[in-house]
Amino acid sequence: MASVWIPATMQHLTGGEAVVQASGSTVRELVNRLDEVYPGLKAAIAQDDGRLRPGVAVAVDGYITSLGLFQRIAERSDVQFVPAIGGG
Amino acid sequence: MNMEPEYKPRKWRVLGTTPVRRDGIDKVTGQAKFGDDVHLPDMLHGKVVRSPHPHARIKRIDISKAMALPGVKAVITGADFPPLNQAVVAAGEGGSVSMQDIADNCIAKHTVFYDGHAVAAVAAENPHVAEEAAALVEVEYEILPFIQDVREAVKDGAVVLHDDYVPGAFLFPTQKALPNAGRLQLAAGDVEQGFKEADIVVEREFTTATVHQGYIESHITTCRWDSDQHLTVWTSTQGAFAIRDFLASILNLQLSQIRVIPMEIGGGFGGKDVVYLDPLAAMLAKKTGRPVKMAMTRAEVLKATGPSSGTYCRVKIGCKKDGTLVAADLYLLFEAGAYPGGPIAPGALCALTRYNIPNVVIDGYDVMLNKPKIKPYRAPGATQANFVVETVIDELAEKCGLDAIDFRLKNATVAGDRLIIGMPVPPIGTVEMLQAVKKHPHYTAPLGGPNRGRGVAYAFWFGAGLTSSCEIHVNADGTINLATGSADLSGTRMTLAMQAAEALGVPLDDISSSVSDTDSIGYTFQSVGSRTTFATGYAIIKAAEKVIEQMKQRVAMIWETDVANVDCTVESAGVADFVDRNDPHRRLHFKQVAARMDETGGPVSADYTANPHGVGFQIAANICDVEVDPETGKVQVLRFTAFQDVGKAVHPDYVAGQMQGGAVQGLGWALSEGYWYNKDGRLANSSLLDYRMPTSLDVPMIDTVILETPNLGHPYGIRGAGEVPIVPPPAAVANAIYRAVGVRMTTLPMSPGAVLEALWAKEGKPASVKVA
Amino acid sequence: MAKKTHVETTLNGEPREFLAEPRQSLLESLRDVMFLTGTKEGCNDGNCGACSVLLDGVLVNSCCVLGVEAQGRSIETVEGLGTADNLHPLQQAFLEETGMQCGICTPGFLMAAKALLQKNPNPSEDEARLWLAGNLCRCTGYDKLIRAVLKAGQVMAKEAA
Repeated sequence: MASVWIPATMQHLTGGEAVVQASGSTVRELVNRLDEVYPGLKAAIAQDDGRLRPGVAVAVDGYITSLGLFQRIAERSDVQFVPAIGGG
Repeated sequence: MNMEPEYKPRKWRVLGTTPVRRDGIDKVTGQAKFGDDVHLPDMLHGKVVRSPHPHARIKRIDISKAMALPGVKAVITGADFPPLNQAVVAAGEGGSVSMQDIADNCIAKHTVFYDGHAVAAVAAENPHVAEEAAALVEVEYEILPFIQDVREAVKDGAVVLHDDYVPGAFLFPTQKALPNAGRLQLAAGDVEQGFKEADIVVEREFTTATVHQGYIESHITTCRWDSDQHLTVWTSTQGAFAIRDFLASILNLQLSQIRVIPMEIGGGFGGKDVVYLDPLAAMLAKKTGRPVKMAMTRAEVLKATGPSSGTYCRVKIGCKKDGTLVAADLYLLFEAGAYPGGPIAPGALCALTRYNIPNVVIDGYDVMLNKPKIKPYRAPGATQANFVVETVIDELAEKCGLDAIDFRLKNATVAGDRLIIGMPVPPIGTVEMLQAVKKHPHYTAPLGGPNRGRGVAYAFWFGAGLTSSCEIHVNADGTINLATGSADLSGTRMTLAMQAAEALGVPLDDISSSVSDTDSIGYTFQSVGSRTTFATGYAIIKAAEKVIEQMKQRVAMIWETDVANVDCTVESAGVADFVDRNDPHRRLHFKQVAARMDETGGPVSADYTANPHGVGFQIAANICDVEVDPETGKVQVLRFTAFQDVGKAVHPDYVAGQMQGGAVQGLGWALSEGYWYNKDGRLANSSLLDYRMPTSLDVPMIDTVILETPNLGHPYGIRGAGEVPIVPPPAAVANAIYRAVGVRMTTLPMSPGAVLEALWAKEGKPASVKVA
Repeated sequence: MAKKTHVETTLNGEPREFLAEPRQSLLESLRDVMFLTGTKEGCNDGNCGACSVLLDGVLVNSCCVLGVEAQGRSIETVEGLGTADNLHPLQQAFLEETGMQCGICTPGFLMAAKALLQKNPNPSEDEARLWLAGNLCRCTGYDKLIRAVLKAGQVMAKEAA
């Protein structure tokens, strides 16, 4: 099962849980599975067309991925949703 | 995602040396071509007409007088531009950019949002006629009330800049949470409980002024259409592909119709990552049928490009008496300028994330107001956030009776901890760096006089990976042509060539390293986010591996053996010899193989487009000594030492140069730089006389200590190095001022007047009269 | 459009003539009339030194001098300082000491440093910083730049001895 960190502003959807478990082979599958248990989670993270919301990035196993929801995850992956950041 | 470490250390032959950069010769002889050095036959000169009002509706624009001036060939307004062909352009890693905002910022359509906002542009035979013509364009405005204070902009009833903007919240869009602001909330634990457990709490309010990147070269672009409707753009930019993408959207063209040629760039620091003049020059060139060059004046650069946020912040942090941090509550109002999308996210993330604090609330806002649209300045948002937090941390350390560095060591996140957002901290030399600070002779050197003090600060910044493309071509004489899409801001052509030399096992002098235009190389993201040496270097190493594989194939052919029998010594010995596994006396050197490429199948080339995920983070620390003149408030920086973990210093002098340059920018931010708008909302200090950047007299030598904990995500351990240097200096200076004269500064810049007022307040004297 | 004036000067040791309108600065004459783009524009109002040249041996901001004012005088620009095969000690020092990053301020600093070393052949760090305070650099933080100037001074002093 992968561990998914839930940002504080979304924890009311998970009954206050800061870290939840789910399985899936991609981030998208993970989000879909979590949405079944905690409705509303997917809408917070993804747009209607299925892409990540602008301003949101995904970190898997310590690194921010460029593949967003397509990123494959491992058995015990560690996933966070983070604000997208730029640089100068 | 199973992130295998990429790091493969070995005895470096090239990395860590300090060769002279080849392209430097053109720069010292004045031969290097920057944006303004383009002269095309038949070229016209463009000039922008700009709003003098901070907020107004455009009622009418009359171009007739301008058009009638002899020598004027075209005048355009916002109405000349087609509707956009793409609403949102991806900007990598989930970030995104509103093309409509960029297009409207280049030239206003109905409303102007800041002093200097472009409303029209003219093209004429020479820049003087263009200037005269611009003055003849008549614009009728309906002046609107304006806001330039972040606190005012979020109050109920504040003037709203964009009626159609729906302020959002990170991961949870909300409807009109506040006028003019989007919201970002990060939290962990329970702050209320946390503060109950705290023995010591410090609470402070801060304001920091808007500042500009201050690149010495302004913005310049030259556009020319070919007869087959293909546009060529010569410009100084941090990202040729970004310019191309933005132009395609704004001009409603296909990407393949535009070629952007990046000229040498005279400074960017994040401010040259977007179009300003390019769409205007392109449109004028289209209308006139001639090439058009446009250049901004210094005043235009300051008024109408992208400074970094001014802020208002409230910081409350609590710790136990043994120094353990237990709670932090931050309220951060960061300017976004005329359009949304300022650096509140990276600022909020970097504010506290280098410390383990179990109970945190960060309430951050991206606030629109009538100033130019905010753009990145080195580590965007981080300097402001670091200043407000590191000064409070310093105060807490003092109240606990702990050494400033010991307090930080006690609380710093290290590998194995998690950042506030839950991301695990990768290996980084936090402890090594903070201990290096403590052990450094500067830390305990005598101050040598009254009104002198020493301050420290510790900073964290992320860094980007994103896409880079490169090509490696082996020439028949064994020399190498290396081409990338990365604009060279300060010597990356050399540091990339050094990585290629290391990866190919060839002499550095054999490599010709160049920056390609958008027609000639694969997609490459901007030179921003400290990514070039990391990500483009990564692509080069991968391409080099492909080259070595191909060379092995050729050797196998020459020796009439299986390629599995051919070894290359590049990783073991640093030079590329090809050896027969079964007969070590049978060897061919790289150059010998190159000489036989023609007979074994033709030239050897490889390209690679990389999007490496293994970005290392950046950390830095400063020790700063100041002397404060209690009569004038003037702060002189006496001594400055910068510490940074760079993973692997490819060219140590260039790394030191980044540390020193960023430090001095930080010192300017700390002591003398800041936008000053008058009562009419106009920028009063739009010249380099009054926008006061550090001169050689203002700063001492900047000593540097380079540390190297390898970034496991890069084959050579490289982490980005260019941005974090600008983050800690203002806090280090403020902490030094406190120890010098006993006042805690809560405003930036800490100009003589600001320091004096703080001293007078401490002595109970009345404040000076504020000039409106 | 005003009539252009015919200006005769000595430029980097060679006789040179050009046409200048009264409103054109020497900077503009150099860059856009004579296409000597080594001298750079940073602010066009005398506050950054990027346009520094020597006029009759005196250091000036060429943006604050009119093209017509160069009549009968000698101008020295970075193009006359040295060539790739024969670099001036200052140019060599800037390369070796990493005294530049983006390079836009470099021509101005080279000319200002040349003027300094002509007046004061082996300056101290403080003297160099004072003299060069009229030239802005945003990339280097001045550390390696000043070191390059001091090194060039030492090299030139040795060569003269």
